[in-house]
Amino acid sequence: MASSSSYNSPCAACKFLRRKCMPGCIFAPYFPPEEPQKFANVHKIFGASNVTKMLNELLPHQREDAVNSLAYEAEARVRDPVYGCVGAISFLQRQVQRLQKELDTANADLMRYACNEIPTALPVPPDMAATSVQPMAASHQRPVGSFYQPPATGGFSLPYNSLPWNDNPSAGGGGEGGI
Amino acid sequence: MNSRCAACKYLRRRCPSDCIFSPYFPPNDPQRFACIHRIYGASNVARMLQQLPENQRASAVDCLYYEAQCRVQDPVYGCAGIISLLYQQIHNAETEIAKTQAQIALLIDSNTQEQQVYLHQNIEVESDLNILLQEQGDEFSLLGPPNQASSGFI
Repeated sequence: MASSSSYNSPCAACKFLRRKCMPGCIFAPYFPPEEPQKFANVHKIFGASNVTKMLNELLPHQREDAVNSLAYEAEARVRDPVYGCVGAISFLQRQVQRLQKELDTANADLMRYACNEIPTALPVPPDMAATSVQPMAASHQRPVGSFYQPPATGGFSLPYNSLPWNDNPSAGGGGEGGI
Repeated sequence: MNSRCAACKYLRRRCPSDCIFSPYFPPNDPQRFACIHRIYGASNVARMLQQLPENQRASAVDCLYYEAQCRVQDPVYGCAGIISLLYQQIHNAETEIAKTQAQIALLIDSNTQEQQVYLHQNIEVESDLNILLQEQGDEFSLLGPPNQASSGFI
Protein backbone atom coordinates (compact mmCIF):
# COMPACT_ATOMS: atom_id res chain seq x y z
CA MET A 1 0.00 0.00 0.00
CA ALA A 2 1.30 3.39 -0.92
CA SER A 3 1.45 6.11 1.63
CA SER A 4 2.47 9.61 0.91
CA SER A 5 4.00 9.97 4.32
CA SER A 6 6.22 6.91 3.82
CA TYR A 7 7.37 7.54 0.30
CA ASN A 8 6.92 11.29 0.06
CA SER A 9 5.12 10.56 -3.18
CA PRO A 10 1.52 11.45 -3.83
CA CYS A 11 -0.86 8.57 -4.44
CA ALA A 12 -2.25 8.07 -7.93
CA ALA A 13 -5.50 9.81 -6.96
CA CYS A 14 -3.87 12.95 -5.66
CA LYS A 15 -1.51 12.99 -8.64
CA PHE A 16 -4.48 12.78 -10.95
CA LEU A 17 -6.40 15.41 -9.03
CA ARG A 18 -3.28 17.56 -8.78
CA ARG A 19 -3.54 18.10 -5.11
CA LYS A 20 -1.37 17.56 -2.11
CA CYS A 21 -1.54 14.01 -0.81
CA MET A 22 -2.10 14.49 2.89
CA PRO A 23 -1.38 11.90 5.55
CA GLY A 24 -4.52 9.91 6.02
CA CYS A 25 -5.57 10.41 2.40
CA ILE A 26 -8.47 8.02 1.93
CA PHE A 27 -7.26 7.03 -1.54
CA ALA A 28 -3.59 6.49 -0.78
CA PRO A 29 -3.80 2.90 0.52
CA TYR A 30 -5.66 1.73 -2.56
CA PHE A 31 -4.30 3.79 -5.45
CA PRO A 32 -0.52 3.42 -5.50
CA PRO A 33 1.37 5.90 -7.70
CA GLU A 34 2.62 3.10 -9.94
CA GLU A 35 -0.95 2.29 -11.07
CA PRO A 36 -2.22 5.59 -12.47
CA GLN A 37 -4.70 3.98 -14.84
CA LYS A 38 -6.61 2.38 -11.98
CA PHE A 39 -7.66 5.71 -10.53
CA ALA A 40 -8.10 7.29 -13.92
CA ASN A 41 -10.71 4.67 -14.83
CA VAL A 42 -12.47 4.86 -11.48
CA HIS A 43 -12.56 8.65 -11.66
CA LYS A 44 -13.90 8.60 -15.19
CA ILE A 45 -16.82 6.31 -14.36
CA PHE A 46 -17.65 7.00 -10.74
CA GLY A 47 -16.00 10.28 -9.89
CA ALA A 48 -13.74 11.05 -6.95
CA SER A 49 -16.43 12.35 -4.63
CA ASN A 50 -18.67 9.31 -5.19
CA VAL A 51 -15.76 6.98 -4.46
CA THR A 52 -14.93 8.94 -1.31
CA LYS A 53 -18.54 8.70 -0.20
CA MET A 54 -18.65 4.94 -0.89
CA LEU A 55 -15.41 4.30 0.96
CA ASN A 56 -16.55 6.34 3.94
CA GLU A 57 -19.63 4.17 4.21
CA LEU A 58 -17.56 1.00 4.48
CA LEU A 59 -15.48 -0.46 7.25
CA PRO A 60 -11.72 -0.06 6.74
CA HIS A 61 -11.15 -3.77 6.14
CA GLN A 62 -13.74 -3.74 3.33
CA ARG A 63 -12.30 -0.83 1.42
CA GLU A 64 -9.57 -2.58 -0.49
CA ASP A 65 -11.98 -5.11 -1.98
CA ALA A 66 -14.46 -2.36 -2.72
CA VAL A 67 -11.84 -0.30 -4.57
CA ASN A 68 -10.68 -3.32 -6.54
CA SER A 69 -14.23 -4.18 -7.57
CA LEU A 70 -14.89 -0.57 -8.53
CA ALA A 71 -11.70 -0.57 -10.57
CA TYR A 72 -12.82 -3.80 -12.24
CA GLU A 73 -16.21 -2.37 -13.14
CA ALA A 74 -14.72 0.90 -14.28
CA GLU A 75 -12.27 -0.85 -16.57
CA ALA A 76 -15.09 -2.99 -17.97
CA ARG A 77 -17.10 0.11 -18.73
CA VAL A 78 -14.16 1.92 -20.27
CA ARG A 79 -13.64 -1.04 -22.60
CA ASP A 80 -17.35 -1.45 -23.31
CA PRO A 81 -19.14 1.87 -22.77
CA VAL A 82 -22.56 0.40 -23.52
CA TYR A 83 -22.71 -2.86 -21.59
CA GLY A 84 -19.78 -2.73 -19.19
CA CYS A 85 -19.84 -5.59 -16.68
CA VAL A 86 -23.33 -6.61 -17.72
CA GLY A 87 -21.94 -7.92 -20.98
CA ALA A 88 -19.65 -10.25 -19.08
CA ILE A 89 -22.46 -11.37 -16.78
CA SER A 90 -24.65 -12.18 -19.75
CA PHE A 91 -21.88 -14.17 -21.39
CA LEU A 92 -21.06 -16.11 -18.22
CA GLN A 93 -24.71 -16.87 -17.52
CA ARG A 94 -24.98 -18.48 -20.93
CA GLN A 95 -21.90 -20.54 -20.20
CA VAL A 96 -23.39 -21.75 -16.94
CA GLN A 97 -26.58 -22.76 -18.76
CA ARG A 98 -24.61 -24.61 -21.42
CA LEU A 99 -22.58 -26.48 -18.82
CA GLN A 100 -25.71 -27.38 -16.87
CA LYS A 101 -27.11 -29.03 -19.99
CA GLU A 102 -23.83 -30.78 -20.61
CA LEU A 103 -23.83 -32.10 -17.06
CA ASP A 104 -27.41 -33.32 -17.41
CA THR A 105 -26.45 -35.17 -20.58
CA ALA A 106 -23.39 -36.70 -18.93
CA ASN A 107 -25.46 -37.86 -15.95
CA ALA A 108 -28.05 -39.42 -18.26
CA ASP A 109 -25.27 -41.24 -20.12
CA LEU A 110 -23.85 -42.46 -16.83
CA MET A 111 -27.18 -43.92 -15.77
CA ARG A 112 -27.56 -45.57 -19.14
CA TYR A 113 -24.16 -47.23 -18.96
CA ALA A 114 -24.64 -48.20 -15.34
CA CYS A 115 -28.00 -49.83 -15.98
CA ASN A 116 -27.08 -51.70 -19.15
CA GLU A 117 -24.28 -53.82 -17.54
CA ILE A 118 -22.86 -56.66 -19.74
CA PRO A 119 -25.21 -58.04 -22.37
CA THR A 120 -26.16 -61.36 -20.72
CA ALA A 121 -28.79 -62.89 -23.02
CA LEU A 122 -26.73 -66.17 -23.12
CA PRO A 123 -26.44 -69.04 -20.62
CA VAL A 124 -23.45 -68.82 -18.37
CA PRO A 125 -21.05 -71.82 -18.49
CA PRO A 126 -21.40 -73.94 -15.34
CA ASP A 127 -17.90 -73.28 -14.06
CA MET A 128 -18.23 -69.55 -14.24
CA ALA A 129 -19.36 -67.66 -11.14
CA ALA A 130 -22.27 -65.40 -11.80
CA THR A 131 -21.04 -61.90 -12.27
CA SER A 132 -22.99 -58.72 -12.26
CA VAL A 133 -21.85 -55.20 -12.67
CA GLN A 134 -23.10 -53.09 -9.85
CA PRO A 135 -24.40 -49.85 -11.18
CA MET A 136 -22.04 -47.17 -10.10
CA ALA A 137 -23.84 -44.62 -8.02
CA ALA A 138 -23.86 -41.32 -9.74
CA SER A 139 -22.23 -39.48 -6.92
CA HIS A 140 -22.64 -36.17 -8.56
CA GLN A 141 -23.97 -33.12 -7.01
CA ARG A 142 -25.86 -30.82 -9.23
CA PRO A 143 -24.16 -27.52 -9.11
CA VAL A 144 -26.12 -24.63 -7.80
CA GLY A 145 -29.05 -24.63 -10.11
CA SER A 146 -29.78 -20.97 -10.15
CA PHE A 147 -27.10 -18.39 -10.55
CA TYR A 148 -27.36 -15.09 -8.78
CA GLN A 149 -30.57 -13.39 -9.67
CA PRO A 150 -30.01 -9.70 -10.32
CA PRO A 151 -32.40 -7.30 -8.75
CA ALA A 152 -35.59 -6.70 -10.63
CA THR A 153 -34.72 -4.50 -13.50
CA GLY A 154 -38.05 -4.13 -15.20
CA GLY A 155 -37.56 -7.28 -17.23
CA PHE A 156 -35.22 -6.10 -19.93
CA SER A 157 -33.26 -8.89 -21.55
CA LEU A 158 -29.51 -8.85 -21.23
CA PRO A 159 -27.98 -8.62 -24.65
CA TYR A 160 -25.32 -11.10 -25.60
CA ASN A 161 -21.90 -9.61 -25.85
CA SER A 162 -18.57 -11.34 -26.01
CA LEU A 163 -16.07 -10.59 -23.29
CA PRO A 164 -14.02 -7.61 -24.27
CA TRP A 165 -11.25 -8.73 -21.98
CA ASN A 166 -9.79 -11.98 -20.85
CA ASP A 167 -9.13 -11.55 -17.18
CA ASN A 168 -9.88 -15.10 -16.19
CA PRO A 169 -11.20 -17.05 -19.10
CA SER A 170 -12.80 -20.30 -18.10
CA ALA A 171 -11.89 -23.40 -20.02
CA GLY A 172 -14.56 -24.31 -22.43
CA GLY A 173 -16.66 -27.26 -21.44
CA GLY A 174 -15.69 -30.33 -19.52
CA GLY A 175 -13.51 -31.86 -22.13
CA GLU A 176 -14.22 -34.64 -24.53
CA GLY A 177 -14.51 -37.25 -21.84
CA GLY A 178 -13.00 -40.63 -21.76
CA ILE A 179 -15.58 -42.41 -23.83
CA MET B 1 -44.28 19.46 -22.07
CA ASN B 2 -44.99 20.28 -18.46
CA SER B 3 -43.81 17.05 -16.93
CA ARG B 4 -40.16 16.91 -16.00
CA CYS B 5 -38.19 13.71 -16.39
CA ALA B 6 -37.23 11.82 -13.25
CA ALA B 7 -33.66 13.13 -13.47
CA CYS B 8 -34.64 16.78 -13.59
CA LYS B 9 -37.18 16.25 -10.84
CA TYR B 10 -34.48 14.68 -8.69
CA LEU B 11 -32.03 17.47 -9.52
CA ARG B 12 -34.73 20.06 -8.99
CA ARG B 13 -34.17 21.81 -12.23
CA ARG B 14 -36.06 22.68 -15.34
CA CYS B 15 -36.30 19.90 -17.87
CA PRO B 16 -35.26 21.31 -21.24
CA SER B 17 -36.69 19.99 -24.47
CA ASP B 18 -33.34 18.43 -25.39
CA CYS B 19 -32.70 16.98 -21.92
CA ILE B 20 -30.29 14.12 -22.35
CA PHE B 21 -31.87 12.19 -19.50
CA SER B 22 -35.54 12.44 -20.37
CA PRO B 23 -35.80 9.58 -22.90
CA TYR B 24 -34.36 7.15 -20.34
CA PHE B 25 -35.72 8.39 -17.04
CA PRO B 26 -39.48 8.69 -17.24
CA PRO B 27 -41.13 10.57 -14.37
CA ASN B 28 -43.06 7.49 -13.26
CA ASP B 29 -39.86 5.72 -12.17
CA PRO B 30 -37.97 8.03 -9.81
CA GLN B 31 -36.01 5.19 -8.24
CA ARG B 32 -34.17 4.51 -11.47
CA PHE B 33 -32.39 7.83 -11.59
CA ALA B 34 -31.97 8.02 -7.82
CA CYS B 35 -30.09 4.73 -7.82
CA ILE B 36 -27.86 5.62 -10.76
CA HIS B 37 -27.18 9.06 -9.36
CA ARG B 38 -26.15 7.59 -6.03
CA ILE B 39 -23.41 5.50 -7.63
CA TYR B 40 -22.32 7.43 -10.71
CA GLY B 41 -23.47 10.99 -10.30
CA ALA B 42 -25.47 13.02 -12.79
CA SER B 43 -22.57 14.65 -14.63
CA ASN B 44 -20.79 11.32 -15.18
CA VAL B 45 -23.96 9.75 -16.55
CA ALA B 46 -24.62 12.73 -18.82
CA ARG B 47 -21.06 12.60 -20.12
CA MET B 48 -21.24 8.85 -20.72
CA LEU B 49 -24.50 9.23 -22.64
CA GLN B 50 -23.18 12.09 -24.72
CA GLN B 51 -20.26 9.95 -25.82
CA LEU B 52 -22.57 7.24 -27.15
CA PRO B 53 -24.64 7.13 -30.32
CA GLU B 54 -28.31 7.69 -29.56
CA ASN B 55 -29.34 4.17 -30.47
CA GLN B 56 -27.08 2.74 -27.77
CA ARG B 57 -28.03 5.00 -24.93
CA ALA B 58 -31.09 3.09 -23.75
CA SER B 59 -29.08 -0.12 -23.36
CA ALA B 60 -26.31 1.76 -21.62
CA VAL B 61 -28.72 3.27 -19.10
CA ASP B 62 -30.31 -0.12 -18.47
CA CYS B 63 -26.89 -1.60 -17.76
CA LEU B 64 -25.86 1.31 -15.56
CA TYR B 65 -29.07 0.87 -13.56
CA TYR B 66 -28.39 -2.85 -13.17
CA GLU B 67 -24.84 -2.23 -12.00
CA ALA B 68 -25.93 0.53 -9.66
CA GLN B 69 -28.51 -1.76 -8.09
CA CYS B 70 -25.87 -4.43 -7.61
CA ARG B 71 -23.61 -1.92 -5.93
CA VAL B 72 -26.39 -0.68 -3.65
CA GLN B 73 -27.18 -4.25 -2.61
CA ASP B 74 -23.54 -5.20 -2.22
CA PRO B 75 -21.47 -2.07 -1.51
CA VAL B 76 -18.21 -4.01 -1.37
CA TYR B 77 -18.32 -6.20 -4.49
CA GLY B 78 -21.22 -4.96 -6.61
CA CYS B 79 -21.35 -6.59 -10.04
CA ALA B 80 -17.89 -8.02 -9.65
CA GLY B 81 -19.31 -10.30 -6.95
CA ILE B 82 -21.80 -11.73 -9.41
CA ILE B 83 -19.07 -12.32 -11.99
CA SER B 84 -16.96 -14.06 -9.37
CA LEU B 85 -19.89 -16.26 -8.41
CA LEU B 86 -20.53 -17.18 -12.03
CA TYR B 87 -16.90 -18.14 -12.56
CA GLN B 88 -17.16 -20.36 -9.50
CA GLN B 89 -20.30 -21.99 -10.84
CA ILE B 90 -18.59 -22.61 -14.17
CA HIS B 91 -15.62 -24.19 -12.43
CA ASN B 92 -17.91 -26.40 -10.32
CA ALA B 93 -19.91 -27.53 -13.34
CA GLU B 94 -16.77 -28.36 -15.32
CA THR B 95 -15.45 -30.39 -12.40
CA GLU B 96 -18.70 -32.33 -12.12
CA ILE B 97 -18.76 -33.01 -15.85
CA ALA B 98 -15.19 -34.29 -15.76
CA LYS B 99 -15.98 -36.55 -12.80
CA THR B 100 -19.09 -37.94 -14.47
CA GLN B 101 -17.26 -38.60 -17.72
CA ALA B 102 -14.51 -40.37 -15.81
CA GLN B 103 -17.12 -42.59 -14.18
CA ILE B 104 -18.58 -43.38 -17.60
CA ALA B 105 -15.14 -44.27 -18.93
CA LEU B 106 -14.59 -46.58 -15.96
CA LEU B 107 -17.90 -48.30 -16.54
CA ILE B 108 -17.17 -48.83 -20.22
CA ASP B 109 -13.73 -50.14 -19.41
CA SER B 110 -15.14 -52.44 -16.75
CA ASN B 111 -17.82 -53.74 -19.12
CA THR B 112 -15.25 -54.36 -21.84
CA GLN B 113 -12.95 -56.30 -19.50
CA GLU B 114 -15.79 -58.47 -18.23
CA GLN B 115 -16.82 -59.24 -21.80
CA GLN B 116 -13.28 -60.26 -22.64
CA VAL B 117 -13.11 -62.51 -19.57
CA TYR B 118 -16.47 -64.04 -20.48
CA LEU B 119 -15.45 -64.67 -24.06
CA HIS B 120 -12.04 -66.01 -23.09
CA GLN B 121 -13.59 -68.50 -20.72
CA ASN B 122 -16.01 -69.58 -23.43
CA ILE B 123 -13.08 -70.30 -25.72
CA GLU B 124 -11.45 -72.42 -23.01
CA VAL B 125 -14.62 -74.41 -22.42
CA GLU B 126 -14.98 -75.15 -26.15
CA SER B 127 -11.36 -76.07 -26.47
CA ASP B 128 -11.69 -78.60 -23.66
CA LEU B 129 -14.87 -79.98 -25.23
CA ASN B 130 -13.18 -80.35 -28.63
CA ILE B 131 -10.34 -82.28 -27.13
CA LEU B 132 -12.78 -84.55 -25.30
CA LEU B 133 -14.78 -85.25 -28.44
CA GLN B 134 -11.71 -85.92 -30.52
CA GLU B 135 -10.52 -88.35 -27.94
CA GLN B 136 -13.84 -90.14 -28.16
CA GLY B 137 -13.57 -90.21 -31.94
CA ASP B 138 -16.75 -88.11 -32.27
CA GLU B 139 -16.92 -86.12 -35.57
CA PHE B 140 -19.64 -83.86 -34.29
CA SER B 141 -18.79 -80.26 -35.13
CA LEU B 142 -19.10 -77.57 -32.54
CA LEU B 143 -20.47 -75.32 -35.18
CA GLY B 144 -23.66 -77.33 -35.39
CA PRO B 145 -26.87 -76.80 -33.40
CA PRO B 146 -27.48 -73.23 -32.24
CA ASN B 147 -28.41 -74.33 -28.73
CA GLN B 148 -24.79 -75.03 -27.92
CA ALA B 149 -22.87 -72.86 -25.51
CA SER B 150 -20.66 -71.89 -28.41
CA SER B 151 -23.36 -69.56 -29.61
CA GLY B 152 -22.26 -67.31 -26.80
CA PHE B 153 -19.91 -65.53 -29.21
CA ILE B 154 -21.19 -62.10 -29.85
